[in-house]
Amino acid sequence: MKMNGARILLESLKREGVDLVFGYPGGTVINLYDELMNVREIRHILPRHEQGGTHAADGYARATGKVGVAIATSGPGATNTVTGIATAYMDSIPMVVICGQVPTPLIGNDAFQEVDMIGITRPITKHSFLIRNPKDIPTIVRKAFYIARSGRPGPVLIDFPKDVQIAQAEFKWPETIDIRGYKPNLEGHPRQVEKAITMMMAARRPVMYVGGGVILANAAEELTQLARRLQFPVTTTLMGLGSFPENDPLALKMLGMHGAYAANMAMTNSDLILAVGARFDDRVTGKIATFAPHAKIIHIDVDPTSIRKNVRVDLPIVGDTRDVLIKMLAELDKQADGIKQLHKNLTAWHEDVTGWKTKHPIGYKQSTTTIKPQYVIQKLRELSNDDAIMATDVGQHQMWAAQFFEFHQPRTLLTSGGLGTMGFGLPAAMGAQAAFPKRQVLCVCGDGGVQMNIQELATMVQNRLPVKIVILNNNFLGMVRQWQELFFDKRYSQTCMELPIDFVKLAEAYGAKGLRTEKPGEVEQVIKEALAYNGPVVMEFKIAREEKVLPMVPAGASLNEMVLNA
Amino acid sequence: MHHSHTISVLVENEFGVLARVSGLFSGRGFNIDSLTVAPTNEESLSRMTIVTRGDENVLEQITKQLNKLVDVIKVIDFSDDSAIEREMALIKVTAEDESRAEVLRIVDIFRAKIIDVTPKSYTIEATGAPLKIDAILELLRPLGLKELVRTGAVAIGRGARGWKG
Repeated sequence: MKMNGARILLESLKREGVDLVFGYPGGTVINLYDELMNVREIRHILPRHEQGGTHAADGYARATGKVGVAIATSGPGATNTVTGIATAYMDSIPMVVICGQVPTPLIGNDAFQEVDMIGITRPITKHSFLIRNPKDIPTIVRKAFYIARSGRPGPVLIDFPKDVQIAQAEFKWPETIDIRGYKPNLEGHPRQVEKAITMMMAARRPVMYVGGGVILANAAEELTQLARRLQFPVTTTLMGLGSFPENDPLALKMLGMHGAYAANMAMTNSDLILAVGARFDDRVTGKIATFAPHAKIIHIDVDPTSIRKNVRVDLPIVGDTRDVLIKMLAELDKQADGIKQLHKNLTAWHEDVTGWKTKHPIGYKQSTTTIKPQYVIQKLRELSNDDAIMATDVGQHQMWAAQFFEFHQPRTLLTSGGLGTMGFGLPAAMGAQAAFPKRQVLCVCGDGGVQMNIQELATMVQNRLPVKIVILNNNFLGMVRQWQELFFDKRYSQTCMELPIDFVKLAEAYGAKGLRTEKPGEVEQVIKEALAYNGPVVMEFKIAREEKVLPMVPAGASLNEMVLNA
Repeated sequence: MHHSHTISVLVENEFGVLARVSGLFSGRGFNIDSLTVAPTNEESLSRMTIVTRGDENVLEQITKQLNKLVDVIKVIDFSDDSAIEREMALIKVTAEDESRAEVLRIVDIFRAKIIDVTPKSYTIEATGAPLKIDAILELLRPLGLKELVRTGAVAIGRGARGWKG
């Protein structure tokens, strides 16, 4: 049957199992939007800004593991998605972004609302497609989704000219696709796995260093099993939080710049690092020259470019992390005696680790007069469900959330780890809530970042997405202020948000509920009231203004040179 | 150790592929000494020859990053003497009075060709390994080099085995 290009695209999305998209109409997608009215199976959420829509699609993808879909019109609509695309790219989030484009004959003529979107997004997409012929649409969509979700996932852009949306063609869904230049290596090499097991059985001071790759590969279960059977302590990156239950005795919590003392000490003193789906980012390694000087490194990653990019690796294993971990577990089945011996060998190491944990646990000084942000986060954990999803923005509150909200399950922390995008949290939470209408979705923000996509409150209210938003308000751009305090002699250049915003009134203006307190004694009550309310709530907590995120490894210092109290 | 490497890249013969490859080099701070690209004997494929520099780690990253591009089908790093390289240069050189004969002698020694003549200049076509081009240029430069165009190196593996495409 012949249909227009717009319909072919929507039919293709249906074949990919898409039931929810976030998009914003405009001149070059008007045909697509007209056709959308005929396609009941795809729910559409209209954000108030394309950046919000893109982050929402990203949040949806992080929470579900499915490919998130965002739509924008050409020109400014498309460029508004750029931050969202870059955010997803840095954290390897599967996403397909469909942008309208001016009609094919006008491309390159500086037409109204024309921009070279493929050019702009080339370094921040995994791949991109320009559709020139309506008959190619099914194959392009199928390839786009396959590329977005396979191997190391990432965002894929489809540029969709208006004339191609109108032109007619036969809809033919390809049963299989073959991309000759794209064959992700998913099977971990058995010989490498065997070698790894030998190294692991010989370890005396091992650490598992776990990143977002484990969550992306849905390998948290296998990872947890492996750690428990080996009795290896586990530290996670920011992106890896949730892959290993943080209330497990083996958990060292997060490592790196604002990581736990025990985690950083364990890395520095280890003789074997088993890196799983992590990429040795500079926020994790500190000074490379002194990073884990005694450790042999086994690196499991689906992306060969991650291996040996930043640190030397003794044993690389390229493959899907879940596949590799399953193979490791199978190998361990043959090693019952070896494991007993291994556990004996690790006794001294476990004592060291416990010592570090007790010596400097992650903590803060409680106050009875001002609200400590860490306390709010702890209360949130205490009062929310175990499977509650938390989205964060970027800054101090993000680190407090990472340090003090104990994550127990994968895909329960949605945070911009790689790009560090302020304004991410609120729309990402919205996307997660749209995917899981019944689950508790929390959004922790600062007073700075929340104002970068605050308009999405309207989307939440309109679509009945009952996100519980926590604003830790210190009237500062707190993380930069902290750096200025520590490294710039307290010269607070442009970090004081001098105009206090009435966030309660702001919430109410959008039709959401607003709550505020500055008293530590009221924190619990506010959270309870918010969680009980059936709709979006903004909770504003006026917190201790100059509270710092500690401990801290100053940029460029070694991991064991932590500032514990400043 | 920074040394020169010649890399052959087999890519989809589609628009935008060159931009993806060159963008990868500039975005990640990799060096390009020269880059050539043209279709191969298989219509759907193009072959690029890239001459780059870097230490072992950089070259490993370059190869891996190139392989990661969806439009890249195959990457070969001709790190040793496993390839034959050729480059062409078109050279416009001042040729007046006694230097006219000297230019002709150099052209003869290097088995180059004169492809355009005026009373004041010769235009020379020279082909050979990049080092040979460097050598002829060194001799011609003192005589007055007016203009120089080099193609950049192309490379092919030695021996009977051929790449498909």
